[in-house]
Amino acid sequence: MDLTVVWAFIIAFAVFAYVVMDGFDLGIGILFPTFAAGRERDRAMNSIAPVWDGNETWLVLGGGGLFAAFPLAYAVILPATYPLIIAMLLGLVFRGVAFEYRWRDPGHQAFWDKAFTGGSFVAALAQGMTLGALLQGIEVEGRAYAGSWWDWLTPYTLLTGLGTVAGYALLGATWLIWKLDGEEQAHARKLAIRWGAATIVLMGAVSLYNIALNADYAARWLSAPEIYYVAPVPILTAIVALSMLRAILKDRNSKPFWLGIALFFLGMSGLGVTIWPYAVPEALTIWDAAAPYRSQSFMLVGVALTLPLIIAYTAWAYWVFRGKVADEGYH
Amino acid sequence: MFENLDALLLARIQFAFTVSFHFFFPAFSIGLASYLAVLEGLWLKTGKSVYLDLFKYWLKIFAIAFAMGVVSGIVMSYQFGTNWSVFSDKAGPVIGPLMAYEVLTAFFLEAGFLGVMLFGMNKVGKKLHFAATLMVALGTFVSAFWILSVNSWMQTPTGFEIGANGQFLPGPSWWDIVFNPSFPYRLVHTVMAAYLTTAFVVGAVGAWHLLKDKANPHARKMFSMAMWMAAIVTPAQIFAGDMHGLNTLEHQPAKVMAMEGHYQSHPNGAPLILFGIPDSEAKTVRYAIEIPKASSLILKHDLNAPLAGLDTIPDDEEPPVGMVFWSFRIMVGIGFAMLGIGLWSLWGRVRGRLYDMPWLHRAAVLMGPSGFAAVLAGWITTEVGRQPYVIYGLLRTADAASPLDAPAVAASLLAFILVYFTVFGIGVWYILKLMGHAPHAGEYGVKRGDTGPIRTAGITPGPTQNPGGEDTLPTHAPDEKEPV
Repeated sequence: MDLTVVWAFIIAFAVFAYVVMDGFDLGIGILFPTFAAGRERDRAMNSIAPVWDGNETWLVLGGGGLFAAFPLAYAVILPATYPLIIAMLLGLVFRGVAFEYRWRDPGHQAFWDKAFTGGSFVAALAQGMTLGALLQGIEVEGRAYAGSWWDWLTPYTLLTGLGTVAGYALLGATWLIWKLDGEEQAHARKLAIRWGAATIVLMGAVSLYNIALNADYAARWLSAPEIYYVAPVPILTAIVALSMLRAILKDRNSKPFWLGIALFFLGMSGLGVTIWPYAVPEALTIWDAAAPYRSQSFMLVGVALTLPLIIAYTAWAYWVFRGKVADEGYH
Repeated sequence: MFENLDALLLARIQFAFTVSFHFFFPAFSIGLASYLAVLEGLWLKTGKSVYLDLFKYWLKIFAIAFAMGVVSGIVMSYQFGTNWSVFSDKAGPVIGPLMAYEVLTAFFLEAGFLGVMLFGMNKVGKKLHFAATLMVALGTFVSAFWILSVNSWMQTPTGFEIGANGQFLPGPSWWDIVFNPSFPYRLVHTVMAAYLTTAFVVGAVGAWHLLKDKANPHARKMFSMAMWMAAIVTPAQIFAGDMHGLNTLEHQPAKVMAMEGHYQSHPNGAPLILFGIPDSEAKTVRYAIEIPKASSLILKHDLNAPLAGLDTIPDDEEPPVGMVFWSFRIMVGIGFAMLGIGLWSLWGRVRGRLYDMPWLHRAAVLMGPSGFAAVLAGWITTEVGRQPYVIYGLLRTADAASPLDAPAVAASLLAFILVYFTVFGIGVWYILKLMGHAPHAGEYGVKRGDTGPIRTAGITPGPTQNPGGEDTLPTHAPDEKEPV
């Protein structure tokens, strides 16, 4: 089998794992100002404090994996989205340290709560806009980015950015339905409905925009025979979206969260269909950007040995902190 | 502010700034993770509560340092692409897999078990908790292994081929790439540096509290443990550093010439320049204080061995001498000061007065940050010393940068400077505040706020605040001022 294709799926898996796992962390950050200071905020943060670091590691695997398996794509995409990547990194700095800092000095807590929200929002927006910048196309000459440093800023990228913010907020709210109870759960439910609706609308808008953006994208989705293969994606998306809204209204545990993840999975599958087989649309296919066989095969051994273990001990860490968040937090 | 600088220089300043800041945190957390594992292991073995108290005391500090290390580390993993895209494209097939292995075998391990280590003691039991601590400590070491292999390959590249498209491609053996010639020396020297950095921080905190109360058993224990490290590891580190230097002489002679300040070749034994002011215009070290032939003795183990100087290297392949010369002397000077503290503590121990020597304690407090200074100086020595190359002898730094406009890099550099000094400055201040509290019996673990109705005033700790079954210890008087 072609290792380049295998690696494209591994990177896609890492990005998907990052988006859903850190997605709900960032979503909680985005929603943080709507929680009452004190018990509600503490419980919301305690629900992710033991796992956020592991969740964020998938971002390093996505970036590091891209560097290793598709170095040319890494070397083109990052300079093309330079201000977005820097903004995301700085946002993640504020978000990450807020987990520790907000408990260190009661006088600073309000400030670090704002930093937690600001950092989460900026990181989510920048990630979504980076995705948009990639989908709308990047100018490549030879082996380097050839555009200007503002190419990433368009109405389309703003739309993908906002879509990502809404989607993360949805994941965060459904996670909190699972981890909280009582009044706080009711609050999370309200947020999940609102952000769920926003996510669905924005997903639809991005999909339509994609078709208008690029004739190849449109052909991928609208011409026969492709349409028969890809039609299940939007149909399933609609079914999952409706079931999710229903579950948010009724379920007390994890169902809305899992359906939220399913929604993300379908959304990413749709993007995969749109972009395939390019690493940078219209400029570099995954084979153009791929590292040689020796690099790919060496890393594949590592992935085969470690990824099952990583998934196992990550699952164990989640299991240790299962159930509703206790009042006093974890310690 | 930076309008006169070009994009390349800005990118170099940004990389130097962000990597230097980042390096402080792992330099501390590699050693501290191992120290925490030792403390928890000793507690499980002996059952003495002093070890558990110290574990909890340092765990709070570890949590902050680790968070700072994580967020500043992610910046590094993306900066290769954002600012050094030509390097990333060319070297990606060789070093990319090593960095992927770092993520798979180290970052996930640390991050996956960190939550249990910080918050899980009363959820998983003592033994599993200890296992989690060990995994975090192992992860910090494995991370050092891979990233230093990458750095070493860039210093002493082996095992590669050059592709038709100009990329560095892996040769038939990954072993030759991972275990490139400078890697074993760099790994040992850097990991011991991390251990010493932590030991001197722990020693300084112990000494600080001994100066206030020399009977404090917790301060005594941590001071004693740190001084054993200083006495045993410092000589080993000096030896390892010497070996690393000889390895550098073999593979990167120009770096050693700059370290030594040898502008000229010395056919009949080169002098050891202790101090002086390198003048690269005149190609001489002014006001040099030197020991004749001693450099040849150290580097070649022969008083009269010839040593080549920078006059044998074309000017455009020389590293900047001043920075390398000075940073090397700062590192070595700190190393010998550390040795002095170690020997002083041994002498105190022999006389049975280790906890009764305020001048030793004052010196140990003063030496608290010395490990960070030494690590940074050593890093500057090795990184500036391999200039003008990013992949030694093969790819110049000037040819490796991204095609970015100078204003973009200037803006990001300014943002990094502002954010890092603010955010990490505050983090260091929180750590210092925690260190300012005397370690005591019934030490708290990492706490997550008093949100329950029982403890709204934050005065009476609930039973869950003392994980590990220490709730019943009668010695514990809750300290209301302890930050939660």
